[in-house]
Amino acid sequence: MRVILIAALLAVLAGCASAPMSQEQPPAGVEDRSPGAGGVQSQGVEGRGVTGVDLTGRKSAGMSLLTDPSSILSKRSIYYDFDKFDVKDEYKPMIEAHAAYLRDHPEAKVLIQGNTDERGSREYNVALGQRRADGVKKLLLLLGAKEDQVEAVSLGEEKPKAQGSSEEAYAQNRRCDILYKGEY
Amino acid sequence: MQSLFVRWISRAVALLSSLLLLVALPAQAQLSIEITGAGANRIPIAIVPFPGEAALPPGITSIIRADLERSGLFRGLEVPPLMPQPTEASNVDYAEWRSRLADALVLGSVAARPDGRYEVRFRLFDVVKQTPLGGVAYTLAKDQARATAHRIADYVYEKLTGVRGVFSTRIAYVVKRANRYELQIADSDGADEETALASLEPIISPAWAPNGKRLAYVSFENKKPVVYVHSLLDGKRHVVANFKGSNSAPAWSPDGAKLAVSLSRDNGSQIYLINPDGSGVRRLTYSSAIDTEPFFSPDGQFIYFTSDRGGSPQIYRMPASGGDAQRITFDGTYNVSPRVSPDGKSLAYIARNSEGKFQVALLDLTTQQVQILTDSDRDESPSFAPNGRMILYATVIDGRGVLSAVSIDGRVKQRLTVNAGDVREPAWGPFIQ
Repeated sequence: MRVILIAALLAVLAGCASAPMSQEQPPAGVEDRSPGAGGVQSQGVEGRGVTGVDLTGRKSAGMSLLTDPSSILSKRSIYYDFDKFDVKDEYKPMIEAHAAYLRDHPEAKVLIQGNTDERGSREYNVALGQRRADGVKKLLLLLGAKEDQVEAVSLGEEKPKAQGSSEEAYAQNRRCDILYKGEY
Repeated sequence: MQSLFVRWISRAVALLSSLLLLVALPAQAQLSIEITGAGANRIPIAIVPFPGEAALPPGITSIIRADLERSGLFRGLEVPPLMPQPTEASNVDYAEWRSRLADALVLGSVAARPDGRYEVRFRLFDVVKQTPLGGVAYTLAKDQARATAHRIADYVYEKLTGVRGVFSTRIAYVVKRANRYELQIADSDGADEETALASLEPIISPAWAPNGKRLAYVSFENKKPVVYVHSLLDGKRHVVANFKGSNSAPAWSPDGAKLAVSLSRDNGSQIYLINPDGSGVRRLTYSSAIDTEPFFSPDGQFIYFTSDRGGSPQIYRMPASGGDAQRITFDGTYNVSPRVSPDGKSLAYIARNSEGKFQVALLDLTTQQVQILTDSDRDESPSFAPNGRMILYATVIDGRGVLSAVSIDGRVKQRLTVNAGDVREPAWGPFIQ
């Protein structure tokens, strides 16, 4: 029984570990608004047990690409002013270079991660980071990248590059990062 | 400032399954609760140690007293050793208890049964009216002593205040220590915490299913926000929403049949309904703005949410099936994280004031009166106790993430901290059924 449980857990973890760029979850069924549809299974609960799941032993995916420091493609970060999400002109050549790379390498894919500083609601900051990442994605598509090459996601305030509550730290954290497949 | 630390060193290893033992989660950190404000008129109550309770460490009556005092509505009286020790069956000398300034009295006893279990009996008395208010007998295993004490505290609280107690409920929260995140579940007094999920990537926005058996939350373990539903008893978890883009802000419908979530799959963060198994996704909002942080009204008729469609983030309300949204907050330029009270009459949220402080606000949905309940400046993620009397929230004190709780009148205040870590993202669970 224990072995089966472990196998099931590993299967779940393996499923979770698939790359975020992989296709969307299976097509959803027809909308069903009847109460209880897909809903809560009530089963007897003995005691108040909580069974833990540990993900801390997982390794992050290895290899990185496009990292030659002399290449503009090694530049990956776009910084923003407070409460802003428009891409400043200084970052346009870098984004153009990434769009050209994606045009020339149709198999290449990128993940754009939007970030915010720590002030305010975590969930609202997820949405703000998403708006920044969506802006970079839109530019890449305008410049020739294909929709299926670019995913824009948000890390909100959850993965600050700089710690602390100073304006310097906040400026570092209002940021989008471009990651190529294999780097995340 | 009255200071009272409640610290229990009980571990619930026996409750964890073989699965957990094999993944070997490290030692836990206890939540400590400090009372930093109390109600104006606390009921003086004498809780006489139950003869025989030494067999059930740390004792029944100490937990009852700590629960009641933590609510801010009771003051436990010191009771000198009495001979003979009174029990629930004793005749009560009301005049004597009145002379000790008690308004209420709890007497009880603990007896070992031949089958190895225990019987706990108690009776509650109104000393002023000189009348018994009732009592209960429980049969329990030794490891149910704390749960039984919480039930007795719930009984006393409800009899004397007319409001259902929440001492038997649980809270969920996230502890961050170094680069490690743990989603933990603890009793409402911070005791017996257990780790439901440990990860090296952030976990945010836990939301209890109405039956208290599952949690929805957002995990960044795949380098982006993905919504999961996690069964607490067996640790099984599954993806609810992992669409292209970000998937976030889960909220359960009151019948547990649907989740409202914020998805960016169709460009921009918008609100969708989805079944807890990940099927049946349906878009509810169609704005070009940010729409996020959905929260159902307790009757299931409405969804409150945060949107910047008017130029700044404010709280709106729409029918739970979608449709025209009505703006709810008007003061200030940043009002987020709406949570409707269990009775549906008020709305807790986070307001940023003119000094840039983020504080817990309470809006009376009938009178439109707004009250700021806290004086801290980095408040987040409010969560009502299931009886609606307290609001649990995250804040930052001296650079550390802590949880605090405040009564809806702003008088009673508690602070919950862990050693060497940040606590955040609290969610108060439902009544135990």
